[in-house]
Amino acid sequence: MKSYILPQYLVERDDYRCIRCEVCARQCAFDVHWYDEEEDAVFADESKCVGCLRCVTLCPTNALVVRHNPTQIPPNANWTGEVLRNIYRQAETGGVLLTGMGCDKGYPIYWDRIVLDASQVTNPSIDPLREPMELRTYLGAKPDVVKVGRKGGKPSLETRLTPQLRLETPIMFSAISYGAISYNACESLARAATEMGTYYNTGEGGLHRNLYKYGDHTICQVASGRFGVHADYLEVAAALEIKIGQGAKPGIGGHLPGEKVSAEISRTRMIPKGTDAISPAPHHDIYSIEDLAQLIYALKEATHWEKPVSVKIAAVHNSAAIASGIVRAGADIVALDGIRGGTGAAPTMIRDNVGIPIELALAAVDTRLREEGIRNRASVVVAGGIRNSSDVIKAIALGADAVYIGTAALVAMGCHVCQKCYTGKCNWGIATQDPYLSKRLNPDVGTRRLVNLLTGWSHEIMEMLGGMGINAIESLRGNRLRLRGVGLTQEELDILGIKHAGA
Amino acid sequence: MLRGARVRDDKDFSGCSIFGMMNLRGEKFNGDPMITAIANMKERSNGLGGGFAAYGIYPQYAELYCFQLMYDDQAAKEETEGYLKDSFSLEGAEVIPTRSCEGVSDPPLLWRYFLQPRESIACDLEDVDDFVVRAVMHINVFIDGAFVFSSGKDMGVFKGVGFPEDVGRFFRLDEYEGYIWVAHGRFPTNTQAWWGGAHPFNILDWSVVHNGEISSYGINMRHLEMYGYKCTLFTDTEVIAYAVDLLVRRHGLSIEDMSRVLAAPLWSEIDRMPAREREAHVALRQSYGSLLLNGPFSIIISNREQMIGLTDRIRLRPLVAGRNGDFMYISSEEAPMHLVDDTLKDTWIPHGGVPVVAELIKPAAREEETGGKVLSISGAEPA
Repeated sequence: MKSYILPQYLVERDDYRCIRCEVCARQCAFDVHWYDEEEDAVFADESKCVGCLRCVTLCPTNALVVRHNPTQIPPNANWTGEVLRNIYRQAETGGVLLTGMGCDKGYPIYWDRIVLDASQVTNPSIDPLREPMELRTYLGAKPDVVKVGRKGGKPSLETRLTPQLRLETPIMFSAISYGAISYNACESLARAATEMGTYYNTGEGGLHRNLYKYGDHTICQVASGRFGVHADYLEVAAALEIKIGQGAKPGIGGHLPGEKVSAEISRTRMIPKGTDAISPAPHHDIYSIEDLAQLIYALKEATHWEKPVSVKIAAVHNSAAIASGIVRAGADIVALDGIRGGTGAAPTMIRDNVGIPIELALAAVDTRLREEGIRNRASVVVAGGIRNSSDVIKAIALGADAVYIGTAALVAMGCHVCQKCYTGKCNWGIATQDPYLSKRLNPDVGTRRLVNLLTGWSHEIMEMLGGMGINAIESLRGNRLRLRGVGLTQEELDILGIKHAGA
Repeated sequence: MLRGARVRDDKDFSGCSIFGMMNLRGEKFNGDPMITAIANMKERSNGLGGGFAAYGIYPQYAELYCFQLMYDDQAAKEETEGYLKDSFSLEGAEVIPTRSCEGVSDPPLLWRYFLQPRESIACDLEDVDDFVVRAVMHINVFIDGAFVFSSGKDMGVFKGVGFPEDVGRFFRLDEYEGYIWVAHGRFPTNTQAWWGGAHPFNILDWSVVHNGEISSYGINMRHLEMYGYKCTLFTDTEVIAYAVDLLVRRHGLSIEDMSRVLAAPLWSEIDRMPAREREAHVALRQSYGSLLLNGPFSIIISNREQMIGLTDRIRLRPLVAGRNGDFMYISSEEAPMHLVDDTLKDTWIPHGGVPVVAELIKPAAREEETGGKVLSISGAEPA
């Protein structure tokens, strides 16, 4: 069937610059480029181009430009090029539209409508290069009251705290499964988390044996498919996370196509090689909040009450009520994943239309937990579209204890957000299991890039904290007075719990 | 005027002078030296607020709560008295005596009541103090034009708009005798002058005078709200008073541990502590991180037995301490201590985040004490 889909991108090659080195041809797993020996020329099939820019980045002579195809369908606010493209695609395949990464629709990004405060005159700003500046954060349930006795004149703790995760910077790597991303990408995340004194999350794909040595900085996820969940997996983790929902696809389960289930992944996930790994939409042992409580306590019991248990949900309309239930069900951490949260594969319609922005969910959850007097009983971690250090610091000021970054971490490793993770052909060696592709990501380099990113963000957070006259991150957490909204409606301001700039 | 007419900044921003003076044996003295001392730091205030707290001034009613109230008008007074009569038995109600004084104008109606919860109510109460706190919160939040600015036993707060020395003379503090006195001169950067916004801030026996700005105010306030405190004044000082009440009275922390919450040691310091101490400090910071007071401050916290001086952990505001025999001083500056006590020699600058605690020597302890050595001062530098 002739496809009516126009190429999304045009590949322009400067023939004068091109040295026929064929890097582009070798680098493109989508087979866009090929070299014709007879004509001594490189050609491109633009219909296959996904815009990942691998060829452009690696071309040694800058001979390539990839740009949006300017050919427009007749202007129409309703029937846009994207709408038509989707319809053609479905008319040609009869399938569900698939995509990768997070929602790319233009929903308001509230981070960009919130500005931060700085101290002047009445309160000196603090220079983090000369003064202490503390980002250390502990995740886990905090007691209502701490009893401290005296032994020999020195304080002696009488209240035992439940297990806590210690973060040297309030940024963790989001759940991304081995399967969705390559082993090298997993190793990079694990090593970077270890080096930075923070945590990465296995996602629902189990944990490769070789990565057990980073277990102290690993949050092991237990999802509805229970892939790779066994005693050793639980034992090796620093914390466990029950995945109920994901911001990219609230209400549905995961899908790893059989093509990505290699021998190693088969062993790690404990499923037959080459079979689709489909995790159910709900946990079939959790049909109500008390069932969740049972699983939380089962996991705690199985790990001798030595590890905090997180529950991750997608940000949806009633997140606040759900979060309250999760805290009361005994979770130590509530992880919220907003509508812009990424994924390896999700139905496009779900990714782009289900869920709410994380900023609103976070504000609602933090407010609700405080109203109910239980905010201290669990930490709140947010994910879904955290792009830079100012997003992090705004999230913390809105009430988060820490953030998860997924997409940003992948971008640090080379991802260009082409949204084709589900094809398994990631030219950057990240979202692929093809050994030819995945070896492109050197874990030493991946680790370094991730460590650099977190280091840079941490410095920026310190600068902004110091500017606000604050020298410990906990003094900003939930401190919404240090935020102001710009161009927001009163209702938005009320939900966010902040004032408008100028007020 | 009490509420509503004020600019709703996030909170008050102000610089200040603070002065505290205590006789460790509980021997009383009148308010004159306090007025002298605080007047000596005039540069630190701008005439928009001054106040005092005195302990031991109502011995005849020592077991009763003394509510001191500001009213905008008669209607607020009637409504408040109606509310109080419902649940308290009032043993005394009187106008707080004042004298006209240049520099102090437009005072609200100032009344004080000696009271206790009715017996029929008190016998059902788990904690009488909690009940009293709730009553104070109720009046301050729900009764328009009424404000309880003092609610302790055998103590009282006197504050208003003006320079502190004028406010002191206005309230005739020379006629009161107490063994702990604290004073405050205010330099608010918002020009709104409101009698209730002056320091000290008080709840039950706790009073706080404060120089500084708490950058963590937003989260301190939200944390306290979880425990039923309503921050109606939008002042840092109010937050400190509630935090102290929560930590010491309700959660049973010692003064030292409370100050370890308000001005927590740095993690790098905690990491170097011996295991048992480290464990306690880690737990305190983990659990009470939302009560860490971040930003520049020096404060004097007092109750009927103690006077405590504390600065923020990186010591961005001044605090000096001194002692002379039974007298203990805590001040923004050293000069006023010498001004009121010309034989004072022993003064020192406390470390940031380390409390100076002056504690009343109880009669029983007095006998054990030897050689006139004051055992009760901690946080002192080696002489």
